[in-house]
Amino acid sequence: MAAAALTQSLTRVRKSGLTAIFGYALLTVVAIWLVGNFAQDPKEFIQVGLIGLTNGLIFGLVALGYTLVYGILQLINFAHGDVFALSGLVASTMIVSVLGLERDASVLGIAGGMLLTLVVIMALFAFVNVTIEFVAYRRLRAAPRLAALITAVGMSFIVQNIALAIYDVNFRSVPSFIPRSEAFAVAGISYSWNKLAVVVITLPVLALLTWFVTSTKQGKAMRAVAQDPEASAMMGINVNRTISVTFAIAGALAGSAAIVYLLQFNMRYDTGFELGLIAFTAAVLGGIGNLSGAVLGALVIGFIQAFNEGLTWYTPGSDWTRSIVFGILIAILVFRPEGLLGERTPEGA
Amino acid sequence: MVDRLRGVSLDQKQLKRFGLPALVILLAYFYPSYVESLMDVPAIGDFVPSLGSMVIMIVFTMMAVGLNIVVGYAGLLDLGYVAFYAAGAYMAAWFASQQFDQWTFHFGSVGIAKTVPGIHLSIWLVIIMAGLFTMLVGILIGLPTLRLRGDYLAIVTLGFGEIIPQFVRNGDNVFGFDLTHGTFGISPIDSPGFGESLNSALGLPVSYQQSFDRAKLFYVTALILLLITVFCSIRLRDSRLGRAWIAIREDETAAAAMGVPLMRTKTWSYALGAFFGGVAGAFYASFKSGAFPADFYFNISVFLLCMVILGGMGSVWGALLGGMVLGYLNVEGLATIGSKFNEAGIHFDPTKYQFGIYGAIIVLMMLFRPTGLITERRHKQELEEGTADTPLYDVTHEGSDTDREPRND
Repeated sequence: MAAAALTQSLTRVRKSGLTAIFGYALLTVVAIWLVGNFAQDPKEFIQVGLIGLTNGLIFGLVALGYTLVYGILQLINFAHGDVFALSGLVASTMIVSVLGLERDASVLGIAGGMLLTLVVIMALFAFVNVTIEFVAYRRLRAAPRLAALITAVGMSFIVQNIALAIYDVNFRSVPSFIPRSEAFAVAGISYSWNKLAVVVITLPVLALLTWFVTSTKQGKAMRAVAQDPEASAMMGINVNRTISVTFAIAGALAGSAAIVYLLQFNMRYDTGFELGLIAFTAAVLGGIGNLSGAVLGALVIGFIQAFNEGLTWYTPGSDWTRSIVFGILIAILVFRPEGLLGERTPEGA
Repeated sequence: MVDRLRGVSLDQKQLKRFGLPALVILLAYFYPSYVESLMDVPAIGDFVPSLGSMVIMIVFTMMAVGLNIVVGYAGLLDLGYVAFYAAGAYMAAWFASQQFDQWTFHFGSVGIAKTVPGIHLSIWLVIIMAGLFTMLVGILIGLPTLRLRGDYLAIVTLGFGEIIPQFVRNGDNVFGFDLTHGTFGISPIDSPGFGESLNSALGLPVSYQQSFDRAKLFYVTALILLLITVFCSIRLRDSRLGRAWIAIREDETAAAAMGVPLMRTKTWSYALGAFFGGVAGAFYASFKSGAFPADFYFNISVFLLCMVILGGMGSVWGALLGGMVLGYLNVEGLATIGSKFNEAGIHFDPTKYQFGIYGAIIVLMMLFRPTGLITERRHKQELEEGTADTPLYDVTHEGSDTDREPRND
């Protein structure tokens, strides 16, 4: 008996030891690669890093949507990425056709128009996301998790095809009314206005979200339901309404993310698939269900993606971005399933 | 059994058990001889699939039956099945084409001169090799990931399903070595066949591609492969391993307590499901005479999943039905319906929205008939009486040690 127990504990030690060594070796390689690239061209490195920061913030907004829903329902809402894409397409229509914002519009006009678009799109897609939950997921609360997950995959395709039906396969963009010229330059490192706009829009949204979740009654209800739905129902929390509110926030975040995304890139009906996967990876990396973790994970992924596509010294390049992102996802799930900031939960592995 | 051999009349149950499949097999086997007259029938004639379409439908159905082992029997959601399909197809492309023209090696190749450079093995051998190789890929993917539960497993398999096609697409320069020929794919791939000696001895065709009966030969071969797949699938389900899978699907913790080694059993379901994906991929590559990276994308995985769900998770007959119906829609049906719309003056192209249609099928089935068209009795019971699978709620309390650290196996 004792011998068996000893062997068992030895195997466990050896196994976790090996895993840890392999994990640290992997981290070391990445660190060497980063330092090497920095030594090659520090200015370029920081410049690329700023791109990563900007993209990371956009990923963060989408990742928050995944992590909020996962935190409360333990459901990977595959449709979230496609809601993001659809909201971006609708936003482009609103900016271009409805408001008719042009490059030479006045600063006040641009700011007002952007704010209006932001509010309308966030409200609209909060509603869309709540509808998706109501139609597709609510009936499956008592079903096995697999059923809800499969339904989410189906919903993702439905939303994507709605976007396809309305907007066809063409890419949409908005006129660059926020100039791509540099906003400021320090020691030869520049940062453009449209990237700055991303920061200017994203940070208040994040602050608002933090305030909502930590300080309002509804936010407290959300955290309570995430911890224990039955007990919160007994405490008089309306669980259904809380879940709806969560989906509404996730939808609004997707809408805001899509608008800042539009400031830099063009998008079409299937943009959401790829970005959704990146954002989901970010959420897992940070520790799914953990809000600050999602933002941290998104920033890390943003940096990695930007470095991979922008640097030159022993860099795989953009052909491999998707593989790298998924490689990170798999590595995280194998080495540290609870994520960077998450706590180890029973389903976290 | 003895009674049947003596010629005693079959009772009702046996008739249902053997009669119906036999009838279907007979009808399918003679399909090539009546398909053309069927096509001439007014009204429905346009909707009859050609032999070439049937081959593709059967290949997809094979994969659906394979996926059913993973998703249906063992209850593991695999969203990256396309990786196995790709692995199988590229095995055929490596071992039966001119891809590696720095070597010349022939073994049982048919229809090409022995001087053609490249590795050319007999397609039959390659199909088996592809199955085994894919099995190995399945085990390699499974070992680190099968410890994860349900939804994480889904996302990791999705990840592998994306990495492998990207690797294939970018694999034209693996440290200077052209492994996959990049976005161009590998083509042509050798044809199946039996060679001269078997032809003269048994009358088997020399080479499928060069035969006048090309479509029919491929069709019959695909049918035989499908029958083998279905047979294996049924035998597996009723085996000790199959019962272990279903036990895990119903209640992982209880299964582990009863002595079912979780990791090993799950890995087997992965490996065996992958095997059929590899076989189907290799055969399809040989049929198309090429393996192209554009064929392998996430939507295929969902398409296959949709077949299993439509038919009924865990039911072999369901996977067959779902596979043939959706395969038909994918290959020919939607295009035919679209052209009918066009003739009627409505401009609507259903092929453009095919994945939206599959998505809608998935959601509707999940909401209104989660057991699928052909209900598997056991699965229905699970849904009605509930399983110990953690539902959406309660998750944080139901998890136990066995979820993540299966020991003693």
